[in-house]
Amino acid sequence: MLSLRIVRRIARGLPRSLGDPLFKGLSAVVAIGVVALLGIITLVLAFAAEPSIRRFGPSFLAGGVWNPVPPEVFGAAPFVYGTLVTSALALLIGVPISLGIAIFLSELAPAWLRIPLTYIVELLAAVPSVVYGLWGIFVLDPTMRSVIEPAVQATLGFLPIFQGTPIGSDKFAAGVILAVMVVPTISAVSREALLAVLANQREAALSLGATRWETTRLAVLRYARAGIFGAIILGLGRAVGETMAVTMMIGNRNAISVSLFDQGQTIASWIANNFTEAGPLELSALIELGLVLMLMSLLINVFARLMVRRVLRRGEGAA
Amino acid sequence: MRFPTHVAGLPLRLDREARRLWKDLAMSIAALLCVVIALIPLGSILVEATARGLQAIGPSFFSLDTAFGGIGNAIQGTLILVALSSLISLPVGILTGIYLSEFGKNPLGASIRFFVDVMTQVPSIVVGIFAYSVILELGQAGIVSTRLVFSAISGTLALSVIMIPFVARTAEEAMRLVSTSTREAGLALGIPRYRVILRIVLPSSASALVTGALLGVARVAGETAPLLMTAFGSGFGFSGLDHPVESLPHTIYTFALSPYTAQNQTAWGASLVLVVMMLLISVFSRLLLRSRYRVGGAAP
Repeated sequence: MLSLRIVRRIARGLPRSLGDPLFKGLSAVVAIGVVALLGIITLVLAFAAEPSIRRFGPSFLAGGVWNPVPPEVFGAAPFVYGTLVTSALALLIGVPISLGIAIFLSELAPAWLRIPLTYIVELLAAVPSVVYGLWGIFVLDPTMRSVIEPAVQATLGFLPIFQGTPIGSDKFAAGVILAVMVVPTISAVSREALLAVLANQREAALSLGATRWETTRLAVLRYARAGIFGAIILGLGRAVGETMAVTMMIGNRNAISVSLFDQGQTIASWIANNFTEAGPLELSALIELGLVLMLMSLLINVFARLMVRRVLRRGEGAA
Repeated sequence: MRFPTHVAGLPLRLDREARRLWKDLAMSIAALLCVVIALIPLGSILVEATARGLQAIGPSFFSLDTAFGGIGNAIQGTLILVALSSLISLPVGILTGIYLSEFGKNPLGASIRFFVDVMTQVPSIVVGIFAYSVILELGQAGIVSTRLVFSAISGTLALSVIMIPFVARTAEEAMRLVSTSTREAGLALGIPRYRVILRIVLPSSASALVTGALLGVARVAGETAPLLMTAFGSGFGFSGLDHPVESLPHTIYTFALSPYTAQNQTAWGASLVLVVMMLLISVFSRLLLRSRYRVGGAAP
């Protein structure tokens, strides 16, 4: 605010004809600079990761060993695997719940309940990741170990993904806490996609005698499909990059294993655990991991935004 | 006794019509259940943080350093980091917002808006690596002291990169709430465009701008991952911008993993402080917006 006042004071002294183009130019340069940061971040990471990229090449992604003892070998496969598994699990649990929330808040809830409930669900996003992690360690972990995981094992224990002894801090627990964290994102964007469906679409279905749920299923969900898909992909982006809560829940063991009841490691958790203690080449390998994470997140988010934008724009344009 | 034919106004005989009505009720309940399930973690976190956090909070909790069982230096560090990041992010973010809302109705504006959106989703740990690498490279090139790698300055750099796109988008949304006719009234009086923006549009959207700024503060105040590799943390109070600095999220992280119960409790106390701060910001900004614009549920 202070600097705005300075800008204003400078602007007041300018001749009339100069002010406009100068101001527009300044704001454009700043805006372009902000967006350029995205490219700069990628370039800086690529530059700092160069020793590792040069040494390991594409085999970095496939390698399963991370050994800082000379001759140093670094491979990313267990972390990429852990990231994909926990994110997939987060979506598997989080998406149905988020869709239920979005449908309830935009279609089924009584009008007086919609605003306060929407607001309360948004509060889930206001809780910092590290607080989720703390809650994970002291509340969710014991619950998972003694209640939820044994129950899952009792019913689905024949599946290879539910073998072994439930320990509470494992890939399953990490997936659950990620699910909690993607719910606000997915439900909020899905709700927007549902609200963007035109009212006459609903009215047409209702006037044919459809119930609220039938209206939702036939006239609303179908039209919001692309937006909901975008919302899910945005949630995926959030899950892939999430660091603290996962680091505190996943048990931190870097191996690929099928069972969700085994400890694991994600790209982000491995970086968080090792970054400040790494030697030069290991550091460069960790930065390359960061670069992989950055590119994954860029890809996911660009795709998701394109999906969401298409839907919301259609809604706006027709309204 | 007559057998009831209806429950809750719905017929018990399951012909086609009745099945549809029951299904409608069942789906409504299922959707409501989803909301309830999602709120269990939130409720549990609030209850646990209050119950366990209050045990840690005593008379000296806010004054002692983390090395001596308090969180005084963590609160101080978080305030410093957030203040410095705001000092950078608010002007830059608001200027970007001005461009997007006032000059951005063209392909360039659209693509800037798009990538600013994408930027808000860059994983925060990646931003931490970026800040670390930039300062390390500058340090090795002799431009800055390598001591800055773990310092309040590098922490500020990381948090600013996270905060700027967020502020930019909220500032844009804030200024879009100002009606076109307000702008036109100014322009019709012969006021140059930049002064219309600075003297009319910005003040008219002040409360929404403040809300955006507050939400930006809330967002970075809880960031942990990028601070691990920048501000790092310290057991003692602030000792200069070129030194590591403690922060609330960092305290929570290190003490959560500690084997000592007393430190675990301190982590809960720090969480309570952080969560209460977040909730206050959230409620306050909601009230601020509602009083002015009456944002309401645009029910279909």
